[in-house]
Amino acid sequence: MAQLRFAPKVAPIRSDLDIVIARTLARDTAKQLGFSAIDQARIATAVSELARNIFLYAGSGSVSVRELDRAGRKGIEIICEDEGPGIADISVVMQDGYSTSRGMGMGLPGARRLMDEFDIRSQEGVGTTITCRKWRH
Amino acid sequence: MESLRIPILKIGEILIASIQVALHDASAVQFKDDLLQKIYDTKARGLIVDLTAVDVVDSFIGRLISDIAAMAGLMGTRVVITGLQPAVAITLVELGLELPQVLTALNLEKGLAMLQRQSGEPGDGTT
Repeated sequence: MAQLRFAPKVAPIRSDLDIVIARTLARDTAKQLGFSAIDQARIATAVSELARNIFLYAGSGSVSVRELDRAGRKGIEIICEDEGPGIADISVVMQDGYSTSRGMGMGLPGARRLMDEFDIRSQEGVGTTITCRKWRH
Repeated sequence: MESLRIPILKIGEILIASIQVALHDASAVQFKDDLLQKIYDTKARGLIVDLTAVDVVDSFIGRLISDIAAMAGLMGTRVVITGLQPAVAITLVELGLELPQVLTALNLEKGLAMLQRQSGEPGDGTT
């Protein structure tokens, strides 16, 4: 692992205001890492979707943002964690159009399309952790 | 929590609201309610929502824009969304939100011309 320039940062999610704070943190970090304006928008939007899911379904949780360096290739990693109800069937929530709330069912599949790597781990009654990454071109 | 209020301006029979801040969910819902009330109070024939300064439109705001257009439409007011940044347009389509039922224009000026043409106001510079 090469030297990283930026310390990881964590945004707690407890209200809808925190969704804006988390996506601003992700955008600012992406900008500092040299991501294009379009990738900054993709990353900020994905974080907005994931942070809103935490707020809507778990009530609270956190979004961590950190720099990646894989053999000189720069990237950003976003980890969204909550101790909410968990997801019974991940394949169902990853379908376009599936929604149990006021959204359009674009949250998770949309966020996955906007990022390069996307991993969900969830256990009912324990919580959900989503790790996603985007690499600089 | 007190939400941010977006100013809604009136020019002739057209209302213009330009979003200049990052809307959190509660202020976005307040904005929708304010817009619909203002349409009713002013009997506006058209509404422009300018997003020039907006750098993130996620599915919540996308749905809200779509709802505003549908609700204002039910009241007889046409809605035009203007000034979408390239990065926002790209992200919306990749997210799966193409908002096909929402009228859009490149900028405020073109949006205004679009509404004035459709309302057929005399002296609006079109034939």
